[in-house]
Amino acid sequence: MSSDLFTITDQPISVEEMTQKVIRPECGAVTTFMGTVRELTNGKRTISLEYHAYESMAVKMLEQIGQEIKEEWPDTLAVIAYRKGHLNISDIAVVICISSLHRKPAYEANQYAIERIKEIVPIWKKEQWADGTEWIGDQLETTAYPEGKPPKGGSL
Amino acid sequence: MIKILFFARLQEEMGTESIEVEKAGYTVRDVKEWLADNHQLSTISQTMVAINEDYANDDDMVNESDTIAFIPPVSGG
Repeated sequence: MSSDLFTITDQPISVEEMTQKVIRPECGAVTTFMGTVRELTNGKRTISLEYHAYESMAVKMLEQIGQEIKEEWPDTLAVIAYRKGHLNISDIAVVICISSLHRKPAYEANQYAIERIKEIVPIWKKEQWADGTEWIGDQLETTAYPEGKPPKGGSL
Repeated sequence: MIKILFFARLQEEMGTESIEVEKAGYTVRDVKEWLADNHQLSTISQTMVAINEDYANDDDMVNESDTIAFIPPVSGG
C-alpha cells in the first residue's frame, strides 16, 4: 500500500490535493471528512491544542485502517492525513477522503475510518484550556483496556 | 537491552521519551509491574502496549532489542 496515501504531517492539509488522490474515472462518489479543532467541549474553552504522535506507528495504523477498508469495501480508494503539532481553533486536524463507484461505500468507509482512528492510532491531544493545560484521555470514554490493547475491528 | 517509549501524560511523568533497560525476556505484564514499582507510574496498568509498533497483550514476551511503547488512551480525531 502506497505510503503517501496515509500520512502524518506538521503542515496544513490540502483537502483539494487529498481529493485528487482518490478521484478515478470509474468512481461516482467521493466523501471527504474533515476533523476540526473545537473551541468548546462540555463548557470548557479551548485556546489551542497540540497533537503529538507516535509517528511511525501512527502511519502503520492508518495503513492498517486502509487495509481494513479495502477488505470491507473493495471498490473504494482511501487517503487519510493527520496533522500534528500546534493547531488553533477551526484548524483542520484530520482529512479522510474515500472514493467509490457508488455513494454508499464511500459514506460507510469514511465513518469507519474516523471511528478506527479514535481507537487505534497513537495520537494524543494536549489542550490549552482557558483555565489550564491538560492531556485529554480517550474520547470514546473507555479509559481502561482490560486486554491491554484496543478491540479488534470496528463496528458499524 | 530493550527500549521503552513513553507518550503523552506518561512521558511527562517520566520526564523522558524513552529509557533502555536490561529487561529482555520479560513479559509485558512484568515490564508494567517493574515500571509501577520503580517509576511510580500509577496509570501504567490502563495503557495499551505495542511491541515493535504492533499492539501486544500482557502475556507477550519482550525480546532482546525490541521496542516496547506504552500508549495512553488515544485522543485523535
